[in-house]
Amino acid sequence: MDIKWDKILITGDPLILGSQIAIVLTMVGIVVGLTYFKKWKYLWSEWLTSVDHKRIGIMYIIMGVLMFFRGGVDGLMMKAQTAVPENTFLDAQHYNEVFTTHGVIMILFMAMPMLIGIINIAMPLQIGARDVAFPQLNLLSFWLTFAGAMLFNLSFVVGGSPDAGWTSYFPLAGKEFTPGIGNNFYMVALQIAGIGTLMSGINFIVTIMKMRAPGMKLMRMPMFSWTTLITSLIIVIAFPIFTVALLLGTMDRIFGTHFFTVADGGLDMLWANLFWLWGHPEVYIVILPAFGIYSEVVATFSKKRLYGYTSMVMAIVVISALSMLVWVHHFYTMGVGPAVNSVFSITTMAIAVPTGIKMFNWLFTMRKGRIEFTAPMMWTLAFIPTFLIGGVTGVMLGMAAADFQYHNTLFLVAHFHYTLIPGVVYAVFAALYYWWPKVFGFKLNERIGKWHFWLFNIGFNLTFFPMFFLGLQGAARRMYTYSEESGLWPLYALSAVGAIFLAAGFAALCYNIYWSIRYEKRTTENDPWGTARTLEWATATPVPHYNFAVVPEVTDVDAYWEMKKNKDNFALDPNKIKPIHMPSNSGLPVYMGAAFLIAGFFLVFEWIPLAAISAFLIFAGMIKRSFEYDDGYYVPVEEIIEKERTWRGDSKWKAK
Amino acid sequence: MESKMINHSVPTEYQSEQGKLNILGFWIFIAAEIILFATLFAVYGVLHTRTSDGPTGEEIFVIKDVVIQTMLLLTSSFTAGLVIHEMRRGNVRGLITWLIITLALGGGFLYMEINEFIHYVHAGAGIQTSAFTSSLLTLLGTHGAHVTLGIFWAIMVIIQLLQRGITPITASKVHIWGIYWHFLDVVWIFIFTFVYVGGLI
Amino acid sequence: MKKRKSLLLSVVSVMLVFLLSGCEMAELVVFNPKGPQAEKILDLINWSLVWIGLIMVVVIALFVYIVWKYRARPDNADYEPPQEKGNHLVEIIWTAIPFIIVVILMVPTVTTLFDLEEVPAGYEDQEPLVIHATSADWKWIFSYPEQNIETINYVNIPVNRPVLFKLTSAGTMQSFWIPALSGQKYTMAKMETELYIVADHEGSYFGRNSNFNGKGFKEMEFEVLAQSPQDFDKWVKEVQEKAPKLTEEMYAEKLKPSHLGRETFSNTHLEWVDHADHHAKEYLNPELYRVHGYPGKTFTDENNDIDNDTENSDHHHGGDHSGH
Repeated sequence: MDIKWDKILITGDPLILGSQIAIVLTMVGIVVGLTYFKKWKYLWSEWLTSVDHKRIGIMYIIMGVLMFFRGGVDGLMMKAQTAVPENTFLDAQHYNEVFTTHGVIMILFMAMPMLIGIINIAMPLQIGARDVAFPQLNLLSFWLTFAGAMLFNLSFVVGGSPDAGWTSYFPLAGKEFTPGIGNNFYMVALQIAGIGTLMSGINFIVTIMKMRAPGMKLMRMPMFSWTTLITSLIIVIAFPIFTVALLLGTMDRIFGTHFFTVADGGLDMLWANLFWLWGHPEVYIVILPAFGIYSEVVATFSKKRLYGYTSMVMAIVVISALSMLVWVHHFYTMGVGPAVNSVFSITTMAIAVPTGIKMFNWLFTMRKGRIEFTAPMMWTLAFIPTFLIGGVTGVMLGMAAADFQYHNTLFLVAHFHYTLIPGVVYAVFAALYYWWPKVFGFKLNERIGKWHFWLFNIGFNLTFFPMFFLGLQGAARRMYTYSEESGLWPLYALSAVGAIFLAAGFAALCYNIYWSIRYEKRTTENDPWGTARTLEWATATPVPHYNFAVVPEVTDVDAYWEMKKNKDNFALDPNKIKPIHMPSNSGLPVYMGAAFLIAGFFLVFEWIPLAAISAFLIFAGMIKRSFEYDDGYYVPVEEIIEKERTWRGDSKWKAK
Repeated sequence: MESKMINHSVPTEYQSEQGKLNILGFWIFIAAEIILFATLFAVYGVLHTRTSDGPTGEEIFVIKDVVIQTMLLLTSSFTAGLVIHEMRRGNVRGLITWLIITLALGGGFLYMEINEFIHYVHAGAGIQTSAFTSSLLTLLGTHGAHVTLGIFWAIMVIIQLLQRGITPITASKVHIWGIYWHFLDVVWIFIFTFVYVGGLI
Repeated sequence: MKKRKSLLLSVVSVMLVFLLSGCEMAELVVFNPKGPQAEKILDLINWSLVWIGLIMVVVIALFVYIVWKYRARPDNADYEPPQEKGNHLVEIIWTAIPFIIVVILMVPTVTTLFDLEEVPAGYEDQEPLVIHATSADWKWIFSYPEQNIETINYVNIPVNRPVLFKLTSAGTMQSFWIPALSGQKYTMAKMETELYIVADHEGSYFGRNSNFNGKGFKEMEFEVLAQSPQDFDKWVKEVQEKAPKLTEEMYAEKLKPSHLGRETFSNTHLEWVDHADHHAKEYLNPELYRVHGYPGKTFTDENNDIDNDTENSDHHHGGDHSGH
């Protein structure tokens, strides 16, 4: 093992040097701040080690927002670089690194943590559970995701960033063409985060299968919980494939095997197949919960029951099945022949049918309703036409013969941004505005929310709509620059202007969070929107750590709506309150995250002996866990009564 | 009367609420593991003819040793079944005895597998030789790593059995470990059939 | 605030004027085909645009109507919406209609797919001109085996005659794309893909690699010149007579990651290597791909003749790693 000390830190690049200084200053700032305000203990015992699903959810979302910032800066850099022809702001190598990290971070460290965070917050409440099935495992999932994200982000300042695209196609991503360690970061960091995601998937399935409130049959479950269940199933099916792909990629890069190499019989298209066998379901892993969010929001703010509930459930099941059968459409141009391409064209276009069903169901939920233009509803409304553009261009791309002209162009880039931004990012915004008051006891400001909404929407369309035409003009994706004669400049420039609006929109969101924390009116109303329908709105705001004093009986979809209709069900009988069993906090997941980070770091740098030694840190943690016999604790009845009496007031308190 | 009680109640490992959740969760984990191994098999299936300048399977497989490995693992699966049987009878001593026998068989399997790897490397079939050897050794190695983990895991369970006896919690641990061990056996049967027997035909 | 707004407005209006005048804008090359293959694809695209336009109009009209009609107004505050569960007939209709549209789009997709694999209709009687297109980092190498000539970064073809491109790569995966003439196809090392192309107009067309393959990706462009058969023959003869010969050493040098201009030779590299062959020799040297950042180890292949300093240490303990 030969450590080249002088080469660990990247030197000689002003942008990276600036970031290195900024990172050090931020870290010093955080440490000083926490010490000065004496918040270390609070941070450790109330957050980092908390197994409360709501707090874990919040931590996921904070991480998602930070990663959104990082990925967004990457995006802005790309837009700045291509704003004018022959620009020299970034050179080819930097541009390649920037679009690679942009893609990976946005999908795996922004979209996924955001959605898993929202699931963590809302799903157990929606099904009337007190926590997830494995609370400590849930925290471990978070810390593994976090460790993966940290390791990946480290690549920017230490060692070198991955530069083979977010799809990391071999043989380019192999040692034959990228001998640096940049792509090791990709392989190892995503592996660590992927283990966390797989554990989350298992956790959510068991939670939903075993811990629903009495009377809540599967077909009475809120749509968001349904999408969580299906998403978790896809996670369990698709992520092991990615685990193997990354393992083989790591072996090729670090141990010199020949899975995807040019030499000695390796097969590069094997990576492409394995990657997309995971990668396409992954798209639905992030998009299905978003569909669930829209379903909740649209019903709440139309003051109507979700139209066609059964067909909605069937649609997501069909989508999830089809999602596994379309992976070849990412490489129709591989030359597998017209028969295979035809089959995958059919499966791909077939997805339009269940997606269409969902669209029409949302429209008909609004029909005859009373549509309130609140912030979450605005995002839902904006989603429909923009996602429609994403969807129909998806059908165009799905037509294999036509894809030969769209493939690898900005048309494709425009398409998937039109699906993922309205399909995921808008949903995340909708969910943030929607569930924010439930979690924190105050809404995000509606007026600043409108600024956020309009800036982001204008920015989004301005940035990505021109890309459809750029693609048809023959502009390939991932080109770091273009010539003046190419005539591509006007649309590239327009797109860059849009990116400024997008950034302003994101800034407006951050400002909104800041402003609302400081000034927005506090509420303890359990249903601050007034028209909510599902169980999470039936308990206190902010939600007590035990969630429900007494787990409610469910008689129909929209359990809380039913409760409101028959008011007597809603009042609480103190005699029914029993001590509540809750799990204890644990520091072990933090330790495990650190152990994985250390071992992963050494593996990335190819210091095998060090990596092997630190692998024992991981085993030590597992052994510790095996010998843990912590049965949790009971919340005493007095504490529950105290809490419940305060928020319910006398009208909803049946004292006997 | 007492025996009747035992027959009619749920087995010990299902008695605690958390134990039940753990067992379901573990079954889902096994589903994920099945996909993991299925992917490795698919990779092997695609790459096994790509031997480049290295040897083919026919040239390096020692079928006699593989048959012994198979016998060892199959027997260990049987004794793992006896472990659960003894647990249901509430016999800690029998449970631990059979568990140790199972581990000894598993250890024998691992010893032979390591020898097998050494043999391959000497025969010029290292992990870097060709796509075929890479996929073969990764498939076998992943299975071997699982067996190794299973052995250490069982040792932890044995210590806890000695400390606490058979309780709903330790019982669910033994049960889950048992699922895992049988699963590894099933994976090995697939390896034996498709890799070794298939490689010779 | 006002100042900022007006600045923004001026930026946007300048852009708009620019766009509308369209003085320097590139044409939508996909919509301006110069050969039967690209035309077939365009027909399919136009067919899809008709149906997709229809879907867009219907859904957006429905959306605007519903959102406008049922918006919350102060005067309908007491309105209690009906809690409808759904309607089977309506749901079946909106499942069936998209399904029918998918079928309508599917049929021509499949027929086009099969058509594109063959010599375009009307050109079947001609013997296709075979050209091997080999992609390398970061250049295109075109070999004419019959004519025994080779060009780099440009390819001349006779107009109105089918050309069969046999595609392969010397290293990373690329995608061969001449948007005015046909859709794209990947080039992969040790594999061969085929693409038929006909140019039915004389002229110069833009071709490029559309699949990202590292630092020099952007520059990986080539020119296709469709000439009259007489001009083409004249050009071939000229090359055969005047162009220098390519040797394997020269060739190995050219395969190194680099940008080359146009080059022409009076023989082809197929004499010593066909990269499409499964056992083709590799001309790879990872050391030439070093960029900033921590230098990882590389694995030099003992079977490869380019570089012979094999790292023996790495070869011996290979087996141990797989398990633990």
